[in-house]
Amino acid sequence: MLQVVRDPSSILIGGILPLLLLFLFGFGVSLDLRNVAMCVVVEVPTPEASSFAASFGHSRFFAAREVRDRRRCEQDLVAGSIKGIVVVPATFAADSVRGGPAPLQVLVDGSEPNTAGLVQDYVQNLWRNWLAQQQAANASAPAPGVTLVPRIWFNPAHVSTDFLLPGLVAVNMTLIGTLLTALVVAREWERGTMEALMSTPIGIVELMIGKLAPYFVLGMMAMALSVGTAIVVFGVPFRGSFAVLAAVSAAFLLCMLAFGLLISTIARNQFVASQAALIVGFLPAVMLSGFLFEIASMPLPIRLLTYIMPARYFVPSLQTLFLAGDVAAVLVPNGLALAAIATILLAAAARVTRLRLD
Amino acid sequence: MARRILFLIVKELLAVWRDPRSRMILIVPPVVQLIVFAFAMTQEVTSVRMAVLNQDLGTESRDLVARFAGSPYVASVRALRGTQEIRPALDSADDIMVLVIPQDFSRDLAAGRPATVQALLDGRRSNAAQIVEGYAERIVAQFNADRAAEHDLPHPASVLVGRAWFNPNLTARWATVPGLLGTLTMLLGMVVTALSVARERELGTFEQLLVSPLAPVEILIGKAVPAFLIGIGEASLILAIAVFVLEVPFVGALGLLYAGMAVYLAAVIGVGLFISSLVATQQQAILGAFTFFAPAILLSGFITPVENMPDWLQPITLVDPMRFFTVIARGVFLKAMPASEVAQNLWPMAVIAVVTLSAAAWLFGRRLR
Repeated sequence: MLQVVRDPSSILIGGILPLLLLFLFGFGVSLDLRNVAMCVVVEVPTPEASSFAASFGHSRFFAAREVRDRRRCEQDLVAGSIKGIVVVPATFAADSVRGGPAPLQVLVDGSEPNTAGLVQDYVQNLWRNWLAQQQAANASAPAPGVTLVPRIWFNPAHVSTDFLLPGLVAVNMTLIGTLLTALVVAREWERGTMEALMSTPIGIVELMIGKLAPYFVLGMMAMALSVGTAIVVFGVPFRGSFAVLAAVSAAFLLCMLAFGLLISTIARNQFVASQAALIVGFLPAVMLSGFLFEIASMPLPIRLLTYIMPARYFVPSLQTLFLAGDVAAVLVPNGLALAAIATILLAAAARVTRLRLD
Repeated sequence: MARRILFLIVKELLAVWRDPRSRMILIVPPVVQLIVFAFAMTQEVTSVRMAVLNQDLGTESRDLVARFAGSPYVASVRALRGTQEIRPALDSADDIMVLVIPQDFSRDLAAGRPATVQALLDGRRSNAAQIVEGYAERIVAQFNADRAAEHDLPHPASVLVGRAWFNPNLTARWATVPGLLGTLTMLLGMVVTALSVARERELGTFEQLLVSPLAPVEILIGKAVPAFLIGIGEASLILAIAVFVLEVPFVGALGLLYAGMAVYLAAVIGVGLFISSLVATQQQAILGAFTFFAPAILLSGFITPVENMPDWLQPITLVDPMRFFTVIARGVFLKAMPASEVAQNLWPMAVIAVVTLSAAAWLFGRRLR
């Protein structure tokens, strides 16, 4: 325990790094479009065309520039300085309110597919609102038909921070758990202090408890710090109970610590251990946990791979605890999966350590 | 002097190549990551699982539900029996969307009154929910248009037809793979510079180099050039897999991409050597490399656009070489970006390279005294 407190790098991994990451990611990773640079091509400035072009100026999602000739902004789309071009043709006024495919063209930058899709949807919404206003102003009857009224539960304002931060907490915990144990234990193997411990009459279970307990405490403190920051600084709501949070986090942290111990014991070298921690621990936690990318959309082999990633169970648990509350249907299966993985990894780590020592 | 540096470069390359473990780390993980992440990193939403609470008995609502079930994006449509089933369906995250069709839906439509349908979405997965909402809007709009045509009604609001340039089907992989080229190259560049120097320092072999007749600048070149060659080789491998195995179109000029890659690698190696000149142990080097690496990826615009970030954070991304390389890689791969645009993104990386490399040289030299 003293070793942890005295080693400045443990403080760095356990305290400063998670805060730094949480702040950077919390502010940096945002899926909310804002001030998307657009180009609106108004070929002939009729009153209708100008009124539609002006509606881009009123939207907080877009920062639009108006030009007469679309060739003037095609180059910007290649450069990536604008994300889309809306072409309002000369024929616009006459047929704007009639149905069928709209006379407008929306060109988006497909090299950023997610943004491109959202820009299309937002322009569509803008267009629909503008049409509704026009019809209201002309007192023409609203077209009969079905209107879809969307309501977003748990996160009504679509604030991406609210659903990303719980995922980031999971990424942080992965980092702290694996990197910390992997590095520290690998260093002990490199320096031979692990063998020195072996020569004392300590059992393998005691040895593992002794090695993991301080990092477990450190990890839980980092967890509390991350969750606190998410709630206080970023204003993410927390609707679950802290007891459930602590239980799920403890199971996840044990997975990560056992995993770190396992790779460092196999690698016995800080260089390889840190690479493994990064490649097998951190990157999959970002990419394969469902925190940014939809697991259901991945091809089957990769979907199967996600089942052995502890983060896959931790991310939905955190998202539910933060935004929805104590939902047993989500938390019980995920918690059990985490506990099972933790048991397997701890057993494997104990076995490998014993083999190494013999 | 040139000969001495050449010897050092050859020695470094041999040292990396002869160690089977470092050979493994250089080749296997990047290839595996490229392939796994190329398929995993998609924000597209397919295989949507949804539920419908249909309180209407008419044919119109059945037609609408059938359209949802028939959508290529929807995997399953579960029928709910009552309002009490809505909450569990969303709470358990089984269904991302619940569609609620009110009981007078068909009657309203038949009478020419507007009807509404509620779409309840799971905001825990906000981005996916937003995309699913877009799908639902399109299905409903098509339903309206078809109904209007059938019943000879006045047309409802017209639907915009969007076209995506450079990537007509908005295939996520086409954008991910060029981004991964930057990520994996950076990971590798950091490993072979920051970590290897720190390891040598721990083992004491770096001090031997310092007391040899080589000047600090020569040692720096001796470390940077092999890393550069390894990086270019690795990037070429990734590029080949991207084009021939993952079938990402490459429409630009190969020479421009290599020019971008060379400057990018110089910047990455500069940062790596700068970190290694600051730290004393491997552990510190790993942490230092990581503290740079993780934000560099997330702030590069590779995962989420830079424009979405708050205004105070955007200037910070200007010191991230990956931000510029991501623009070049995507531009050359998909948009046939012209040389003038590439140059716009090249010079900031060159500045980063010059600053970090000279800082590293200065720090190495100072340590010597």
